[in-house]
Amino acid sequence: MSQTMDPNNMPILSEASVSVEIETEDMTLNIGPQHPSTHGVLRLVAKVNGEKISSVEPVLGYMHRGYEKLAEVRTYPQVTTLVNRIDWVSGFANEIPFIAGAEKLMEIEVPERAQYIRLILTEMARISSHFVFNGAFPLEIGALTPIFLAMEDRERVLDLLESVTGGRFHPNFNRIGGVKPVAGAGPTTKKDIQDLPAGFYHDTKVAMEKVLKAVDTFEDLIGGNEVFQARTKKVGVLTKEVAEEYGVSGPILRASGVEFDLRKQSDYLPYDKFDFEIPIGENGDCFDRWSVRTSEMRESAKIILQAIEDMPSGPIQAKVPKVIKVPKGQTYVRAENPKGEMGYYIISEGGLGPYRLKIRTASFSNISILPIMLEGALLPDLIAIMGSLDFVLGDVDR
Amino acid sequence: MSFSSELLIKVLVVLATAPVMALGLTLLEVKGSAWMQRRPGPLHVGLRGFIFPLATAAKYFQKETIIPKDVDEPVFKWAPAWVIAAVVGLFTIIPLSPTLIVRDLELGVFFLLAISSISTIGVLTAGWSSANKFSLMGGLRAAGQLIAYELPLILSVVGVVIQAETMSTVGIVEKQIEFGFPFVIAGQGIAFIIFMIAATAEMMRTPFDMPIGESELTMGFMTEYSGIRFLIFYISEYINLFVMCAIASTLFLGGYHIPLLPTEWVNFYGPLVLIGKTFTLAFLLIAIRWSFPRFREDQLQTLAWKVLIPLSLLNIMVTAIMKVVF
Repeated sequence: MSQTMDPNNMPILSEASVSVEIETEDMTLNIGPQHPSTHGVLRLVAKVNGEKISSVEPVLGYMHRGYEKLAEVRTYPQVTTLVNRIDWVSGFANEIPFIAGAEKLMEIEVPERAQYIRLILTEMARISSHFVFNGAFPLEIGALTPIFLAMEDRERVLDLLESVTGGRFHPNFNRIGGVKPVAGAGPTTKKDIQDLPAGFYHDTKVAMEKVLKAVDTFEDLIGGNEVFQARTKKVGVLTKEVAEEYGVSGPILRASGVEFDLRKQSDYLPYDKFDFEIPIGENGDCFDRWSVRTSEMRESAKIILQAIEDMPSGPIQAKVPKVIKVPKGQTYVRAENPKGEMGYYIISEGGLGPYRLKIRTASFSNISILPIMLEGALLPDLIAIMGSLDFVLGDVDR
Repeated sequence: MSFSSELLIKVLVVLATAPVMALGLTLLEVKGSAWMQRRPGPLHVGLRGFIFPLATAAKYFQKETIIPKDVDEPVFKWAPAWVIAAVVGLFTIIPLSPTLIVRDLELGVFFLLAISSISTIGVLTAGWSSANKFSLMGGLRAAGQLIAYELPLILSVVGVVIQAETMSTVGIVEKQIEFGFPFVIAGQGIAFIIFMIAATAEMMRTPFDMPIGESELTMGFMTEYSGIRFLIFYISEYINLFVMCAIASTLFLGGYHIPLLPTEWVNFYGPLVLIGKTFTLAFLLIAIRWSFPRFREDQLQTLAWKVLIPLSLLNIMVTAIMKVVF
């Protein structure tokens, strides 16, 4: 309370403030850029009254690397190495919308097998991203064990990603018109080109069974924990209306009860051939955001199992010119990334690289709701809410 | 033996025992958590992980003591001393056998509650003098928490005192031997649970570790401490764990005695039995620490004032009525 109170005209006070005569000033608490729970270098300038937060202002830009500008001086195949590093927890998924955009401008028909490989690896990236969330979120609430279990299980998925692409975090695997031949296959001629490593189907089946088991474990260990429920249920409620107004996307939007998933609504990858559900939350609180992501892991594992069942054979690369030049034009392709909607607006002047590239990242839009969600929250809730938004600073600042 | 030489010996023995117990519990915690989290490191590195606590302690000895510019220096420097003095002082009333005790105070339980609240001063001054907002919030949270949980701690022990008709710790154990059952079975089960919850909160261990809350307040009231002073906080946390579990086993689990063992040999098996019970209880707390998230500050206060205190009052009433009736 920064003003003196008029005893005849007092506002309704919270039960904690007994001594109304004492003037208190809100304390400015600078959370970050170096803080254990800001996922990197996010800075929050919070005004706190005791434990209660009166306002929060996020300060961004500590991680800005200028990828949009850098892309202007790169050729199209080189840009994929950049976009890998935007959301580094799910590097593979970042490549898809960019490559799909370039292919759309060039009017290339991508072979079905390549599409399937892309889809499988995207879902693996989603699973590994949600594993990180399942470790990091309880860690921020104070449970120290799940992160070790999550990391161990994530390693299996990353091993698979590595066996196909050669990279755990930055696969750089997509090529315009298809995917790269498998890493470690040696010098490939056109005749014996290899796409997936030997034993991949079997290993994937085993790993996905383990993922399904891990999801059950998490639902028991984390979701079934009373303290976890007390910390997350009815905390940081995001209503449908606010979520839609602020352009929130991904699991956060779905946790608020909006059934919007670009895997169903768009055709950047052949998701329509698979049978899967979109988990929806009811209350839009932290618990729902956790449970939506965890159920999503199960659906992703199901998609992967279906995809390796009816994997089409055929080429993995469409016919493309040796020097890739994208014809003049512009396009916007968006995709459902683990963190939410990711889109690339490509303007091409017919050169070797994009004339202008606008990247729409999920985390940036998602954390724009922080000031409204945190108003009036308690300091421990700030950590819980931030954790439940599951953002990556590289994805915010790019 | 003169009083002063006896005192000197007792002080030296306590000062030697306390860090050893703390090291033992650190080892238990490190290995327990590694086992629960499937981390191979602490189970293999360095003589199967057994020199890990010593290595940790040696590391803190080497560290530079950093004292930030704006701190209130004398207060800042002395804060760890308050905390460790309080927890080591509690060794006075832990009976390893009827005779192996520093001093069997007649008001032993009262002494426990009085001395254990001294650490609040240390924690609060540490938070205040650090000149750091996170430390201050940690210190204030700690003060609120320690005051709130002092009450259920006291009230749960009152039931035991009524049943044993004495406040001396040796007297309470002897009563349990005479009774044939430890008090946790014979009527004080709820009191035991309340005592353990309150003790966990007093020790500021997960799920009640908001004063430290590393994901919120970086390290709470300890944020600005480094080197040997941080080590003192760290080691007093484990001494406190030992002391609280030892007192819980004394008051509720029959202390140094196990039924069917001959009481004339108690000076030999007593210490082992008590330490065994203490480490078992400590392991329980360690398992809880590594499987639960932490509560929120208001939930913690609600739990203390709306659940634990009424329950312990009810326990006192029931115990008193039973005492009068039988």
